[in-house]
Parts: sequence; structure tokens; C-alpha cells
Amino acid sequence: MKTRDLAYTALFAAIIAVLGTLPAINVGPVPITAQTLGVMLAGSVLGARRGFLAVLLFLVLVAIGLPLLASGAGGLAPFAGASAGYLYSWPVAAAVIGWLTERTWDRYNVAIGMLANVLGGIVVVYAVGVPVLKVVAGLPWDTAFWSGAAVFVPGDLVKAFAAAAIADVVRRSYPVIERPRRAAGAR
Amino acid sequence: MRFRRPGAVAATGTDVADPGRGVELHAVGHRYGDRVVLEGIDLTLTERRVGVIGANGSGKSTFARLLNGLVVPSEGRVLVDGLDTATQVRAVRRRVGFVFQDPDAQIVHPTVAEDVAYGLENQGVPAQERAVRVAEVLARYGLAGHADHPAHLLSGGQKQLLAIAGVLVMQPARIVFDEPTTLLDLVNARRVAELIAGLDQQVVVVTHQLDLLDGFDRVLVVDGGRVVCDDAPAAAVAAYRTLMADR
Amino acid sequence: MTLALYVPRGSAVHRLPAGSKLLALAALAVMLFALPTLPAAGAALAGVLAVGLLAARLPVAVLVRQARAVRWWLLALLVVHALTTDWRTGAHVALRLLTLVLAAAVVTATTRVNAMVAVVERLCAPLRLVGVRPARVGLAITMALRFIPVLVERADRIREAQAARGGSPRGVRALRTTIAPLLVQVLQMAHDVSEALDARGADDVPPPRRRRSPTPEAS
Repeated sequence: MKTRDLAYTALFAAIIAVLGTLPAINVGPVPITAQTLGVMLAGSVLGARRGFLAVLLFLVLVAIGLPLLASGAGGLAPFAGASAGYLYSWPVAAAVIGWLTERTWDRYNVAIGMLANVLGGIVVVYAVGVPVLKVVAGLPWDTAFWSGAAVFVPGDLVKAFAAAAIADVVRRSYPVIERPRRAAGAR
Repeated sequence: MRFRRPGAVAATGTDVADPGRGVELHAVGHRYGDRVVLEGIDLTLTERRVGVIGANGSGKSTFARLLNGLVVPSEGRVLVDGLDTATQVRAVRRRVGFVFQDPDAQIVHPTVAEDVAYGLENQGVPAQERAVRVAEVLARYGLAGHADHPAHLLSGGQKQLLAIAGVLVMQPARIVFDEPTTLLDLVNARRVAELIAGLDQQVVVVTHQLDLLDGFDRVLVVDGGRVVCDDAPAAAVAAYRTLMADR
Repeated sequence: MTLALYVPRGSAVHRLPAGSKLLALAALAVMLFALPTLPAAGAALAGVLAVGLLAARLPVAVLVRQARAVRWWLLALLVVHALTTDWRTGAHVALRLLTLVLAAAVVTATTRVNAMVAVVERLCAPLRLVGVRPARVGLAITMALRFIPVLVERADRIREAQAARGGSPRGVRALRTTIAPLLVQVLQMAHDVSEALDARGADDVPPPRRRRSPTPEAS
């Protein structure tokens, strides 16, 4: 990996961290935070590989004890807590968003971007997050679904749109993703 | 190949430099996508003090980055003491230090001493020798009391001194400065100018501050991606003023 | 924004190697899930408090701050369980979470970030086999920590510049006029930083798997 890609990766890990300092809204065991916006941006600005690594790097920073999660949590505890599944899903979400973004790079627009963000940033996140919430918090399926997914959908749709709008501007003024044929050969 | 000389070091495939040769640019051109930023540059820089001046966007920053392989030219070759920046970039970077305009871009480590040590770590210098060399450089540039100080809390002038210290500690044979005083106040700019004047190394300075070039051996004027004047400082600065007055 | 929660003290807990502290933390988590009873969680909490407050001599405020950060979670767990299962399970799950959060806080408060980074680098050593260079992971962590305060500062500066021109954009306009330009600015900054690192030989260390290359470059 080139130093430049390493720097972009570190930058988005930092962006996700800073988004965690924005106030979180608590609605049950899993808080609504701006950090998933950072996850979507990592995928849609950096692409699959660097987006995945950026989110992974962020999780490493949390794991070594920095209080970077929304509400100031950090250390290894969140990885065993009720919303641990959401954390585990984030790198995958960024990778999926990045992959979809790279495939559609030549005709990327806000609508396509939003679709990618919904698939990666909402579907993937809940597919991992809700089952883990059910098991760790010992909740029945329907409670887990309502408290762990349904209440977030409106906020997540707003974030998916915001991330796509931002990524679209960045794509035109400072494109980081290279054309698909070159993306495969990167070291 | 075009520029192979009989017995030239680059042709043997080793990284042994030939210090007398200086920096050679052979038919160098560079483009970003379709945009041509430099073209038709043929030069050999052996003077101890070389200045580069030109308007914003003239290509002088790219020119500076060619000299230590940060930018590999899309046409032609750049040789530093016989080492090709395209194929021997690691060896080139050990010979050519680079100081940036914005020290904030250069300082990444949490404390002053750690940041200065960074380049030496990359060179594989043992910890003990590293500590000695870092302490020596910090003392020489008035940063001795700040070794464990958080680097991002230094003043702008101190940050630029730290950035320079981080390059000098690696003892490069040549140093390129890209607008080193642009972000500094008068006092700090003078301090950096004096520091540059006192260096033993070959120095290439890209700048908008023309008084920085007093006592230089050679000054290049870059305009529209070409070297349009190559002369002693007084003559080159005069040519540059005329060029700008006509805009 | 305060990043490190490190609280300097000369205690034995502080002097323990970072690796063993992280290992103990992981072992505690495994134990708490393997022994899911209220007394076990209570005993573990008492143990964590003893280590943090007595052995490591941490101020109570450090632990209180961490507990406050998760207070809504704890409350929600209690309430949800009271409604769906019973109070006892709720108390147990909440206590277990609180214990783990405080244990992580004790490790964080007694271990320097640099020591943690070194542990991460060591943990990455086996990944050499798949081409990961541990030193690069350490460099990425260092850069991320450096970028966090820079991002906050740049965001403030853009906000100021817009306020100076009489604007304070909200909604969709803010995305285009504030956040996207900020992102472009910091991407450029990250690029500059990587250039400066390369100029000081960041990529000087040869990759672990040597590729056969037609260039005459030696290590």
C-alpha cells in the first residue's frame, strides 16, 4: 500500500472518530450517531479496499482504548456489548459501498450513490447488528428488530442521502477512486 | 538508452552515487492527465545555492518535486548524482532532503523528538545513535528544551524549524526547500533564511520571497512550465520583474 | 477534544506491560460470558474497582466519566429486560456491561497510547505472511491520531470563513458548501502528509515479499 493510500485510510478513520463527537440521540440500547455517515463516506469516497481498512483502523483505535465511539465509549468493552454487531458490520458495510461505488464510478450520481449506501450502510449493518443485539441483550426477535433497526431507518436514509451528495461533489473536485480497470492492480 | 554514458553508475544497477555529478534533468516534461505542467527542461545543477522563482501555477513546485523523486517525470530523466529518480527513488531520497511550505503537513508524530527521529528510523539507524543525532540537531536549532513537547503545539516558526531539523538529521547531501518562509512572520523568515545560508549542503530553494536569494549562485525563472531565464540572481530577478510587469 | 485517557501514576498496574493488561481484559470478558450469574458479575465489578482505585490509584472521576457514558444503555437494558424477561436478568446483563466498560477504562487510564500502538504492531506480526507490514499499521494509527485535532480545527475555520461572509448554511446546502469542501481540503492535506512522509523515507523499508522487478533498485 502506498503511503498516500495509508494517509487517506488514516484520514477517514479520523473522520469517523470526529463524527462521534457530535451529540448522539439515545433511543433504546443502540444510539443514533453520525458515525455511520463516516462509514458510508469511507466507502463511497475511498472505494472498497481503503474504505474497509479505514473503518477497521477506526475500530483498532477504539479497541486500544481511545474513547472515540459516540458517547465517549472506547476500549474492548463495546466489542462485547449489545451493539457490538453494528461495529463488526461497519468495515463490511464500507467495503460493500465501496465496491458498488467503484462499479458505478463512470455514471455515479446522488441516486446511485444513495442506493449503494442503503445496501451497504443499512441492509448489511442490520443483517449483522440485529442478530448480535438479540443474542447479547437476550431479546426476542421482534423487540430486537424494533429497538435495533426500525427506529434508525429514517435517520439512516438521511445519512445515506447526505453521504451520496457529498461523495458526488468530491468525485468531481478531488476523485480518489481510480477508474475500475486500474483499481485492481493497486499494491 | 539515451543518456547512458560509458561507465555511468546508473547503468551498472547499483545504488552507489557519484557525488560530483549534481542534479541532471534530461529533456524533462511532466503532465497531469492532459495538463502540461513542465516541458523541455535540460539542466545540470551543481551550484551550492540555486533559487527557483515563478508565478503561482508556473510549475515550480512540480519542478522541486522532481528533484527527489516525489514526482517522476512523464518524459525524460532526472538523475541525482547519477541515480535515476524513476528507478532508484529510495537511494535518491536518502541523498535529497525535502522541506515543505507547510510544516503541519510534515509533522506527524506526537512529540518533537519522535518526529525528528522518524527519518532515521526509516533508514534503520540503531536507537542509540538515533537518540544522539536527534539531541544534537535539536540543540543546534534551539529546540533542545522541547524534545518531549507535543509537536502540534509549537509556534509556526518553531514548527518550520522542527520540520527542517527532521530533514537535516538525515544528513542529506542536497536539500530542496519548497517556499520555506511563505507562512512565517518576518523574524522567523529571517531565522530560516540564515539557517539555509549556513548549510554546507547543496540547496535548491523555490520561493516568492526574492530577498531569500541574496548571495545565491544561480536562479531559474519558471513560467508556463518552461525555464525562461537561467542567470545570476540580480539578472534573473530583474527578468522576472519584467515578465510579471507585462501581465 | 481530549484524546488519551491516560492518567500518569507510578503504580504497579501502570508498570505492567500493555500486552498483559489487554490479555487480562480479554480474559475477563470471556469469563463474564462463560459464567453468566449475578454474583459472578458483582464479584468481577468489585475486583475491577479494587484494581482501578486502590492498586492503580486512579481518581474516582475517571471511572465515573466512563460509567456515565453508558448510563442510558444500562438503563435501557434494565427496562427492556424488566418488561420482557425479569429484573434479575436485566441487573445481571447491565452489571456485566458496566464491569467490562470500567475494566477497559482502567487499562486505558494506566497505559500510554504509544505502548498500545506497540502492542498492535506486535499483534500484526503474523500478518507479515499476507503482506502486512506492522510498522505501516503503526504509522496509520499515528497519522489518524494526528488528523483528529486537525479535522476539528479545519471544520471550525470553514465555519468561521462562512460566518464572516454572513452565512451559516444548514441542510442540503451545508453538505455542498461546508462538508464537501472540508473533505476536499483534508484529502489534499492527507496527500501532502504522505508526500512529506515519503520524502523522509516512509516507503524506504522494503516490502516483506520481494517482488521480482525489472528495475535495478537495491534495498
